[in-house]
Amino acid sequence: MTTMHRFANPARFVRVSSAVLPWVTALAVLCIGSGLYFGLFSSPVDYQQRDTVRIMYVHVPSAWMSMFVYSGMALASAISLVWKHPLADLAAKASAPLGAGFTLVALVSGALWGQPTWGTWWVWDARLTSVLILFFLYLGYIALWEAFDDPQRAAKAAAILALVGAVNIPIIKFSVDWWNTLHQPASVMTLSGPSIHISMLIPLLLMALGFTFYYVAVLILRIQREIVARKIRALRLMQTEPAATPVFGVPAQ
Amino acid sequence: MTLPALDWTTPPAPFAGRSLTCIRGDRLVFSDLSFSLEPGRALLLQGPNGTGKSSLLRLLAGLLPPAAGDLLWANAPVRATQEDHRARLHYVGHLDAVKPALTARENLAFWAGMAGEAARVDAALDTFALGHLADIPGRFLSAGQKRRLNLARLAAIPAPLWLLDEPSVSLDVEAVALLAGLIAAHGSRGGMVIAASHVDFGLAGGATLDLGGFAATVAA
Amino acid sequence: MLAAFFRLFGRDVRLALRQGSAGTSTVVFFVLAVTLFPLGVGPETAVLARIASGVLWVAALLAAMLSLDRLFQADYEDGSLDLLALGPLPLELAVLAKTAAHWATTGLPLIIASPILAVLMQLDGAGYLTLVAAMALGTPALSLIGGIGAALTVGIRRGGVLLSLLVLPLYIPVLIFGVGAVEASIDGLTQRPQLLILAALSLAAAVLAPLAAAAALRLNLE
Repeated sequence: MTTMHRFANPARFVRVSSAVLPWVTALAVLCIGSGLYFGLFSSPVDYQQRDTVRIMYVHVPSAWMSMFVYSGMALASAISLVWKHPLADLAAKASAPLGAGFTLVALVSGALWGQPTWGTWWVWDARLTSVLILFFLYLGYIALWEAFDDPQRAAKAAAILALVGAVNIPIIKFSVDWWNTLHQPASVMTLSGPSIHISMLIPLLLMALGFTFYYVAVLILRIQREIVARKIRALRLMQTEPAATPVFGVPAQ
Repeated sequence: MTLPALDWTTPPAPFAGRSLTCIRGDRLVFSDLSFSLEPGRALLLQGPNGTGKSSLLRLLAGLLPPAAGDLLWANAPVRATQEDHRARLHYVGHLDAVKPALTARENLAFWAGMAGEAARVDAALDTFALGHLADIPGRFLSAGQKRRLNLARLAAIPAPLWLLDEPSVSLDVEAVALLAGLIAAHGSRGGMVIAASHVDFGLAGGATLDLGGFAATVAA
Repeated sequence: MLAAFFRLFGRDVRLALRQGSAGTSTVVFFVLAVTLFPLGVGPETAVLARIASGVLWVAALLAAMLSLDRLFQADYEDGSLDLLALGPLPLELAVLAKTAAHWATTGLPLIIASPILAVLMQLDGAGYLTLVAAMALGTPALSLIGGIGAALTVGIRRGGVLLSLLVLPLYIPVLIFGVGAVEASIDGLTQRPQLLILAALSLAAAVLAPLAAAAALRLNLE
């Protein structure tokens, strides 16, 4: 059968990723745990913002992750379109809700941070606005996946959308920045000067690492789950139509 | 029926498929399907519903890329020359591509004009006895008339390879005879037909390809 | 090939004119949406003048988007899209021709209607010419970017809502610079950079959007 290679890959992925998963999970727990300790207890308070500055240790890494995950999704989409690698599809699909989650955390933590510092839950700050639009892009991507019955077709459509989004994100970012400089109310203060103290930088980087490991761990779980779901789908298909052979099915011999 | 002599823009040439595999969604529709077709010959696709007759025709038209295998035109892979391939075929699917707001003539003239073959529109309408309906908007045409209007593309735009998916649906006996005559004339000029149909158009010298098996193969 | 391009463009324009619905209902929606704002925020001239350019652009954005779902849907449903994909015109150019026709039958009427609505919205006199220029330069990008969304959702039942979710975030730059141009000229500043950016957006979209839309259509024809 000429299509065997298409499911040989996921089988190997499940094997390798299962071996890696405990380590990644442990690293995520370690980094987030120590990052939270340093961030919440052993880092100094900001002379202006007092303890609320500690929201930064969740907010900033989430905002980074929101961009990082979208870049990963766009990369996986390009790989899936060019080389038709089935794992790339799964990785892109599995990433989207995670990216949307990080984006939501960045938005909510931003609002919680904005309340004490700016005196309002929401300001149309350039960064917040960009992140909000990114959130909409994630939602559109997820909705497009849901809209197709056929996963192969959904994968391609979503990949096209992810690439269109990737081309547009810099343009949107630029336009929002431009818009913001026009409408910026003078009272909004910009966060943290050019330099950040090392005692704040360490927990920040630890948290960012921890979030990345968390992302990888959940990504592995979600991809494995998706592979199983497709196997079940394929088996159901075999039951209804004996003539049909699953593409994504039983592992190759 | 006779068709006027014709300078083919693309002359007929042997058309073949080699080890074609078709996957729709997660389902393997057929695999390792091979056929070959000489100029002037026809191939009738047979098999129960769901065996992939329509999929095969879409695949032959280039609308659906094969998951594996190659199409060959004059022994050269079609893959590299998709645009040439599109120019040498007609695809008649389940849908008639008739715009309700355009008249019958406008509908046909549009497709003929797109192909740069505007000269034969009225003659093609007459071929399918649509001459008196030429100025009627598509929305007033019956299902059979729409189907005939769609089939009139075959007469209006010369192309060596016709891919017909159940072309006789909603046609009456006379229209079926018209189509059979057109197909015969096409064959006599060296044209090729691949059709999925329950009606035998007297596809003279035609082979049949049965997609009923799990892995269909044929020597035509 | 050029002849085929214009033939397809001509057919789509003719279909839109014969069916009569697309262009007129888009403009009616545009007028209606703008009319809602004075009713919502109150009739004070100063308030309306302040928000006029934004309201006009947002309403134009929504109006352009509403007619998008039929852009490829009709051809998809009646099988014409199969034949277009098999025709001598590359699908990318067919997409461009259809998008151009969409712009001619919806974007153009919006441009013509916008100065009249600007009067109703008490837009500052200095902004009129810029508004029309910005609309003329920006609305092609709306049709082109919208075409990607329309192509992605062409085979989906009730794709309209999804279409707006996909397309509206991508419209944001056009909105920002469209409004920016009008406000700049009202403030007595130069509107040149904004207009140039709008032109750049439309040109870039004219090159890239047909590629993405054609890829999406091919996938939906499989």
